[in-house]
Amino acid sequence: MKSGVAILTIVAFASVPLWLRDPYLMNALITTGIFIIGAMSLNLLLGFTGQLSLGHIAFFGIGAYVSALTSLGFDVGLPFGFRIVHHPWPPIAGFVLAIVAAGLCGYLVGLLSFRVRGAYFVIVTISFAEVVRLVALNWVELTQGPLALTNIPSITVGLPGLGDLTLRTKLQNYYLVLVVAVVTYVLISRLVHSHFGRAMRGLMENETLAVSVGIDVTKTLTLAAVISAGIAGAAGSLYAHYIRIIDPEVFAFINTVTMVIMVITGGKGSLAGPVVGGMIFGLLPVFLRPIMAPEAQWIAYGGVLIVILFVLPRGIVLSLAQRFAKRRKGIETLAPVAFSERDAKEHA
Amino acid sequence: MSEFLQHLINMLVLGGTYALLGIGLTLIFGIMNVVNFTHGVLYTFGAYIMFIVVHQLGINFFLALPLAVVAGWLLGAAIELTLLRPLRGSDIDTTMLVMIGAWIAMQSGALWIWGGVAKSVTTPFPEAPLVLGPVSVSWLRLFVLAAAAMLIVVTYLLINKTKLGCAMRATFQDQDTASLMGVNVDLIYTSTFAIGSSLAAAAGALLGPVYVIFPQMGDLAAVKAFAIVILGGLGNITGAVIGGFILALAEELGAGYVSSGYRDAMGFLIIIAVLIFKPTGLFARSERVG
Repeated sequence: MKSGVAILTIVAFASVPLWLRDPYLMNALITTGIFIIGAMSLNLLLGFTGQLSLGHIAFFGIGAYVSALTSLGFDVGLPFGFRIVHHPWPPIAGFVLAIVAAGLCGYLVGLLSFRVRGAYFVIVTISFAEVVRLVALNWVELTQGPLALTNIPSITVGLPGLGDLTLRTKLQNYYLVLVVAVVTYVLISRLVHSHFGRAMRGLMENETLAVSVGIDVTKTLTLAAVISAGIAGAAGSLYAHYIRIIDPEVFAFINTVTMVIMVITGGKGSLAGPVVGGMIFGLLPVFLRPIMAPEAQWIAYGGVLIVILFVLPRGIVLSLAQRFAKRRKGIETLAPVAFSERDAKEHA
Repeated sequence: MSEFLQHLINMLVLGGTYALLGIGLTLIFGIMNVVNFTHGVLYTFGAYIMFIVVHQLGINFFLALPLAVVAGWLLGAAIELTLLRPLRGSDIDTTMLVMIGAWIAMQSGALWIWGGVAKSVTTPFPEAPLVLGPVSVSWLRLFVLAAAAMLIVVTYLLINKTKLGCAMRATFQDQDTASLMGVNVDLIYTSTFAIGSSLAAAAGALLGPVYVIFPQMGDLAAVKAFAIVILGGLGNITGAVIGGFILALAEELGAGYVSSGYRDAMGFLIIIAVLIFKPTGLFARSERVG
């Protein structure tokens, strides 16, 4: 039944361009989709390992910059008279490199920052994102600084028998984002239900106990961080090649907060949570725009985050699933992964 | 050499206000175990109180500082009572996320009310700086240093010499035991958050006139406060003062000798370096690790 719901959802999303012609709404859907991919990757860390990474946008931004620079080419001077000259590569290579580079950064950040937990982990991740933002702002020779990287080429995919297809239109980009989102969803779903996924959740629920049964904490958390960062990098690459202009503001803390709000509202630790939360918060601005000033909208988002945490601390999906499961007790639970309070280790 | 002396003077002025920010956050973080994302908003709030009092109400510049302290105290108490008290006992991530929500809502509120255009405050001090041999320092900055030093001393006395301060220290050491000894922990929490918030507002009111005032000014201030707390140790007031001056020195030297673009990166680099190379902190406490 569950896979039936999933297939219906995919079909519904795939049919959207057939009846939706409004370019503004299509644009909102594409950027929402990209942010949902980012939110899914954040959920892998926040919802399944319990680590609140507030520097997640760094991986998204690194992916965006790596992908853009790969496809634009660059010529920078290094200390001691060295120069690196890179000639433009096809954007699809940028996409792959974005995942690799972001994953590598995730490995480094994970290796270093998983030495601390809780509040300190959060602060290290925020600091990392801000340092990356300042580098993007100040290394003008490479990144153009505040002038932004412009004219980023659209992604070209080689289709068998059809030759190369450059994805320029909103319709093509919509399906590209949809495909990547579905792949991400399946990947995370498989991961969470694997042996590795059980190790992650074991760590989240009781780290001491998990260690005692032989789970390698640092290895598990670092691997989760690498995968999560790689997916965020992929989302960043899609963003760069769709918007076709990026500046250091992509690293703004508010973008991480947007993803966090999506995950928390939808339900952390639920596979569908980021999708539901992402659709709500991605499309809300579209409907609020005529009636509310942007500042007023952000006041409302802050308020919604607080209210959700007070009223539905498990998010929309898990709360609904629980209610649903209560009514049809014994048949099947929709909640893919059990939620657990992780207060056990938060005594410090 | 004179350039270095000038950096040292600037460090003293900047360090004083950073210490205020750090003391406020270290009290809240240390006693309540709350990662206070609204600390920067309180800093912004203090700066705008300064602007409103001086320019819209036309009241004296020197009166604006105590008014900012009082306003910060009230706003801090309100945040604690409405958001944090109902969440007592929930895990640190939940309170952190609630504070992020409050931070967004309040910062956007500031942007809505006061607009995004930076404002500056005119001060009663003479334009010509005080010249001391090879270095010069403006009268405004001297006042900022003096006021910050005074507030630091007042806070130190409050924590170490009064009954309230004694109860706060007791709550920091062991909340349950303090409660058994008759300490009203609820009251201590509200007081702690209010005092910390008023110090942040004071720092904003002092630094606002030195630079310019805009709604996002508190974001960097908040991260700097976290850097200071991590440097100085949790709940450690002396540590926060030292941490404030270390951060100010790092920023001054970084801006002077590396690149002014990376001035604000110093705080982040300090956080990362301390937590990576000495995760227990400069003043060893074990709770940071696993």
